[in-house]
Amino acid sequence: MQSALKSGKTFAQGRWARIVPPLVLVVFWQVLAVALQSRTLPPPTEVLVGLWQELFGGDLLFHLGMTLGRVAISFVVAMLVGTGLGILMGSSRPWDRVLDSFLILALNIPALVTIILCYIWFGLSETAAVIAVTVNKIPMVAISLREGARAVDKNLLQVARVYRLSRRDTFFKVYLPQLLPYLFGSARNGLSIIWKIVLVVELLGRSNGVGFQIGNFFHFFDIKGILAYTLAFVMVIFIVEALLLRPLESYLNRWRT
Amino acid sequence: MTFLSVDVRKKTYANGCCAIENLSFSAQAGEFVAIVGPSGAGKTSLLNLIAGLDQEMQGSIDCSLGPQRQGQPRISFMFQEPRLMPWLSVRQNLEMVITPEVQLKQRTPLPDLLALVGLPGCGDLFPGQLSGGMQRRVALLRAFIVEPDLLLMDEPFQSLDAPTAHQLRLLLQDLWQRTRPTVLFVTHSLREAISLADRILFLSGQPSKVILDLPVELQHPRTIEDSAVQKLHEHLLNQYPQLLGGQLASVASAKENVAP
Repeated sequence: MQSALKSGKTFAQGRWARIVPPLVLVVFWQVLAVALQSRTLPPPTEVLVGLWQELFGGDLLFHLGMTLGRVAISFVVAMLVGTGLGILMGSSRPWDRVLDSFLILALNIPALVTIILCYIWFGLSETAAVIAVTVNKIPMVAISLREGARAVDKNLLQVARVYRLSRRDTFFKVYLPQLLPYLFGSARNGLSIIWKIVLVVELLGRSNGVGFQIGNFFHFFDIKGILAYTLAFVMVIFIVEALLLRPLESYLNRWRT
Repeated sequence: MTFLSVDVRKKTYANGCCAIENLSFSAQAGEFVAIVGPSGAGKTSLLNLIAGLDQEMQGSIDCSLGPQRQGQPRISFMFQEPRLMPWLSVRQNLEMVITPEVQLKQRTPLPDLLALVGLPGCGDLFPGQLSGGMQRRVALLRAFIVEPDLLLMDEPFQSLDAPTAHQLRLLLQDLWQRTRPTVLFVTHSLREAISLADRILFLSGQPSKVILDLPVELQHPRTIEDSAVQKLHEHLLNQYPQLLGGQLASVASAKENVAP
């Protein structure tokens, strides 16, 4: 690590650039926790031990799995519906006008309101939970994809028309690739927003999941548990980013030189 | 045999400005027709109408294949820019336009076609990795690979340096003589038109119509430097000094075959 830090030029390009900053944060946290000796700030070592115990002795995997399942379903539904809506609004002026005020409305209703209303209207069910999350995310995807659809190059669509490409080829080979940057933008945004909302949903009306567990820890003032669960989730997000999103993105962007 | 007959009575832009008025001409199957006119003469609009990209006009455009062939005529369009999909490799860009119907006729394998247009082994490169001239070659091959009946070209070699444009014009003539589609080649360069076409249509300024229909009876292939091309160019500009501005000089026009 020292040698990497010394050669400043290569540092920002190397893989250490991703690893060192979090390590610095952890060290800072450890020092602070040891110095303060406060019950409300356990040191990272203790959190790691807690994570270990929850992982092998407790129910962390179960709750994490439930949460991830909800995140996955809500994510897929929100991306599909939001993308469809965004493309519709970006490519058709009349639809844009009709739906625009709904979009602004949906974008600005607080997540808490939709969650509570969904629980009241649809009962304390899994469906209500997923609806509440997707309703919160769909307008954000739609807004971003609408920009993308508006920026689509008409010249390339002319090529598709002249050469009589099928609708399917036109969509997947000419249209969709132009939306990819917007799709990735909303996917990243989406994951972060969705898992935040899923936790609130779980806290308010589910009897399992990370949100439910964190609610329990809150009652017992178990800060170590809260941080251990958070850490577990952060690691999952990092893994998704490193193993899924980033490789996929660099594969799809390989033509940019 | 008349293959294409165009009769645009009126084409107006969205802003109400009249682009084309009473423009009519026809082209034989396998004929190479150049269309020359001042900038803003609605040349691109005309090609868009013929390609069916734009359908708002008064008039008619007929493209008939004759009795021996069924179905719609195949049209290719080479635009001012190469307009390749930057996210698809050269091979994918070409395969994209090969519909099942074309595939049946296609006998030459893709790598051989790439070699034919001077891009051997470039199939897996992306358009961004090619020079402007090479991208034009891919676009040219894309236009010919579907074996079109009608090929529309909109100043395709405009922004290239002279030697590259020269090579591409030779390649175009080579490809054209293999399958002999009808070509409408829009350009504002009279030399380029003379060096390529069997016939040149000169357009007036806005609203445009055909002011001169000139057959070019020279041997193919030609280049811009050929003395016959140079001579015809000089002769035309002497006879009609304002031809490229979209006007026939009244004194000299009496003897030529002026289009109605």
